[in-house]
Amino acid sequence: MSTPYYENQDLKKFKNISDWSPELGKKFFDYYNSVFEEGALTSREKSLIALAVAHTVQCPYCIDAYTQDGLERGVDKQEMMEAVHVAASIRGGASLVHGVQMMNVYEKRSM
Amino acid sequence: MAVKSLKGRQHNLADSKRQLEYLSNGIFAPGGLPTFETQVKTFQDTSLRPKTLEILQINLGYMCNQVCAHCHVDAGPDRKEMMSRTTMEQCLKILKQTSATTLDLTGGAPEMHPDFRWFVSEASKIGVSDLIVRSNLTILRANKKYYDLPEFFKAHNIHVVSSLPFYKKEKTDRQRGDGVFSQSITALKELNKVGYGKENSGLQLDLVYNPSGAFLPADQKALEADFKKALKKDFDIDFNQLFTITNLPISRFLAYLIASENYEDYMQRLVEAFNPKAVAQVMCTNTLSVSWDGFLYDCDFNQMLELKVASPVQNLNDFDLDQLQDRFIRVSQHCYGCTAGAGSSCQGSTV
Repeated sequence: MSTPYYENQDLKKFKNISDWSPELGKKFFDYYNSVFEEGALTSREKSLIALAVAHTVQCPYCIDAYTQDGLERGVDKQEMMEAVHVAASIRGGASLVHGVQMMNVYEKRSM
Repeated sequence: MAVKSLKGRQHNLADSKRQLEYLSNGIFAPGGLPTFETQVKTFQDTSLRPKTLEILQINLGYMCNQVCAHCHVDAGPDRKEMMSRTTMEQCLKILKQTSATTLDLTGGAPEMHPDFRWFVSEASKIGVSDLIVRSNLTILRANKKYYDLPEFFKAHNIHVVSSLPFYKKEKTDRQRGDGVFSQSITALKELNKVGYGKENSGLQLDLVYNPSGAFLPADQKALEADFKKALKKDFDIDFNQLFTITNLPISRFLAYLIASENYEDYMQRLVEAFNPKAVAQVMCTNTLSVSWDGFLYDCDFNQMLELKVASPVQNLNDFDLDQLQDRFIRVSQHCYGCTAGAGSSCQGSTV
């Protein structure tokens, strides 16, 4: 029987990364928590950015965490899907903009 | 969406004993997650005890025009339990005797009780500083005989606390039924029209948000700002405060959690979010809940679980406040809902 690489229960163990490196773990989580505090951007806006980035880095833990976080913050499904499309457009755009490089090379090498 | 209560459908979770069994076994069985009682005792020496009584919460009956998916009362049109006039008179008598400064009327839809207006008029003469009616809003538009309720509320200086799960249609209707959102908006406009929620009117209109699913509520202040902005912009509606209330895992919400396979995750989330500061603020320490048949409970949730106060005094017939205050509050794992995160009570977050 195969074991999946990703277990949803592992999300709850995220803090355990500090066990093998307490000092760096603490620094990371202090930083992480500070980042999501209310600032020039609201925590709600930051949560939506996190959801979009989660889709860009295709992290299932992060998608799980920030979908639930969005629900708790009153983010609705239209807003969440728009955030995913922002991620998709930047990912897609990043591929397509390299089309200019392809075109440059093509033109340079062609008579 | 169901059109009948769990009781009307003869669902096994209509039985409060089954609910308590569910909450005490499984992940809370010995060796599993800590029970609420154990968790409280890791932060303080004793089990919960009452403080000074401030709020008398009276449940006039379980009949309601709605059958909301999350309802902890299992209320609905098929529920016929209703407080008798004699019991109402007993409530008024006790209100005069106690230190309670708030009278909180709930249900079901309390407005559906045939003696509702009489009771409110009599209670308002006693002079409590805060007379709350918990209204589901749609009842104000359900029948012409209720259309003048905003004026009635105003005449008796009622503090209206209304449920509105979200400021958009989709989430509201999914939780409370099709058409509920637009009816609620109309009702809110009617309340605004007589001055409720308007600055300097002195007429308090608060809204209650509870999550439309297996997740905790947002920060109350942040969500209040979102509600105010959206309701003003989209419907020109004003209100005073937003109360965020965590869904407690009992009755229909428990049935939903189990059916959707969210029960264990949700309970784990509540346990992880346990906030010792919220324990000091739980509403059961300053509230007494009275059921339609005159029995006494630590809160409305315990009433629905049929956990009567742990006191020789269990009914209005034998009411003795001093004896009642000398009791321990009855708890089970549903209590984790009131201590998660920023805490939760009928008056919103507590921390």
